[in-house]
Amino acid sequence: MTADSAAWEALRLSLWVACWATVLAVPLALWVAWILARKSFWGKSLLNAVVHLPLVLPPVVTGYLLLISFSPNAPMGQALSAMGLQLAFHWTGAVLAAIVMGFPLMVRAMRLAIEAVDPKLEEAAETLGAGRISVFARVTLPLIGPGILAGAVMGFAKAMGEFGATITFVANIPGQTQTLPGAIWAALQIPGGEGQAVTMVLMASAVAVAAVLLSEVLARRVSARIAAK
Amino acid sequence: MTLQVEIKHQLGGLSLKVGFEAAGGITAIFGRSGTGKTTVINAVAGLLRPDAGRVSLGGDVFVDTASGRFVPPAKRRLGYVFQDARLFPHLTVRDNLTFGARYAPPGAQGAGLDDVVALLGLAPLMARRPGTLSGGEKQRVAIGRALLSRPRMLLMDEPLASLDAPRKQEILPYLERLRDGPLNLPILYVSHAVDEVARLADRLVLLQDGEVQAQGPLYDVMADPAAVPLLGVREAGAVIEAEVIAHADDGLSTLRISAGTLELPGVQADVGARIRLRVLAQDVILSLSRPEGLSSVNVLPVRVETVHPGGGPGAAIGLRAGKDRVLARVTARAVAEMQLAPGLDCYAILKATNVAPGSIGR
Repeated sequence: MTADSAAWEALRLSLWVACWATVLAVPLALWVAWILARKSFWGKSLLNAVVHLPLVLPPVVTGYLLLISFSPNAPMGQALSAMGLQLAFHWTGAVLAAIVMGFPLMVRAMRLAIEAVDPKLEEAAETLGAGRISVFARVTLPLIGPGILAGAVMGFAKAMGEFGATITFVANIPGQTQTLPGAIWAALQIPGGEGQAVTMVLMASAVAVAAVLLSEVLARRVSARIAAK
Repeated sequence: MTLQVEIKHQLGGLSLKVGFEAAGGITAIFGRSGTGKTTVINAVAGLLRPDAGRVSLGGDVFVDTASGRFVPPAKRRLGYVFQDARLFPHLTVRDNLTFGARYAPPGAQGAGLDDVVALLGLAPLMARRPGTLSGGEKQRVAIGRALLSRPRMLLMDEPLASLDAPRKQEILPYLERLRDGPLNLPILYVSHAVDEVARLADRLVLLQDGEVQAQGPLYDVMADPAAVPLLGVREAGAVIEAEVIAHADDGLSTLRISAGTLELPGVQADVGARIRLRVLAQDVILSLSRPEGLSSVNVLPVRVETVHPGGGPGAAIGLRAGKDRVLARVTARAVAEMQLAPGLDCYAILKATNVAPGSIGR
């Protein structure tokens, strides 16, 4: 494998992992953000703490916890591999690591957006005849759209940059689990690898800038619909 | 179609225990702030579950705590106009207006979009967003939005309370049109402003400390001496109906009431129109003999019906003037000196104000 094609392969895998992580995490994060913002129940602070744990734990520790939970020898890993899903040392594990690491950022952004919606508007929609699903789809969702978008971009960026938990959980196998940060780190370990590292640093920066620009454009479009003309 | 409400609810330190009925026209629930008015209207709308009781409209039972029945707000088909408009900020005025239309059952009675737009003067606003509307405009859109959900009854919780005086004057004629127009939609109207109630309501429910203190047709309740402390001594006073007979060149108009005629400035209604007059109890002076040489020209022969001593130095006197009832507020000393007692004939010198510049329509 040439140096360049290895860089492109790492970029492709990073985008693949980050997209899967974002798509899978957004609905779950929205649900958790919803119950944290709107419901009161026993164990709410515990749930909040667990969600935020990856933000404060060293990523290597998070990766290690994932490894001992989902290794082929662990009960959970065995159950999943019986269903045909292997996580440890596999790109699917990189997706899981990215989801776990990005989750607190997503939940935070979405929770703030949900808390900013006045429940009185939802009451008004109910009195007009809208059932719960209609109220959510026609009032709540459009109003929290920018927050969901912000959370998704944060999660995507986190997934693109995730290193510690990923390398601990799924190692750094070129073409299989080696994402862009892992490849940059590997390139810097070999003499004369700086050139390749710079290429990949530029790639990572380009993706990050593109993600931010795209979210700006989308957010502006959403808020233009909401705000005064 | 009659709304029947019989509920008990504990709300912080307030024990609410309310029973009343509302049929056609505008039924106003009047009370000072903190007397539970909004709790009552929210229980009717379904935004609040009362601790105990029953709420029904026509044959439909919305709430019956005895049988555990609770119909969610979306299924009650009651249009709710909130004090704070609550328009959807992400939708245009047009989309706000049509928000509830799709949930009304096919064939539901009610106004169409064009009718509502014309009734409330919304045509210039249709493409705008709520963020760019004035308070009065928002409230008009909120009324239109509630109407277009084709409700069986309209609930209004202090729809004018957050508006300044000119904006109020902007909305009131629309509410009168709604009351007198062809829609014939019953309205439950919560307010703490006596002037709004006097102008709009057909029936009045007086609420204090979570309980109904008086209820009945507006003219009766407003003329009840016992209602004076509930309405406030400065605001209490009868509402009577009058017919415009003539407009004089000096700006005074002649109005006929059952006990005689009155001269009033500032009446804009056409000759022949029927209007509502408000006679504040504190603006009525009683005299045992027909007074001569007064600057006021409005003197009516009246008969004392009730004498209701207040807690302080004042007393409320219920008077019969022809077919109408008028309230006067005098001092307890005057009651003793004039020997005011039921059955006594005397004269009332009064200053009436018309509650609305235009006609009351019916």
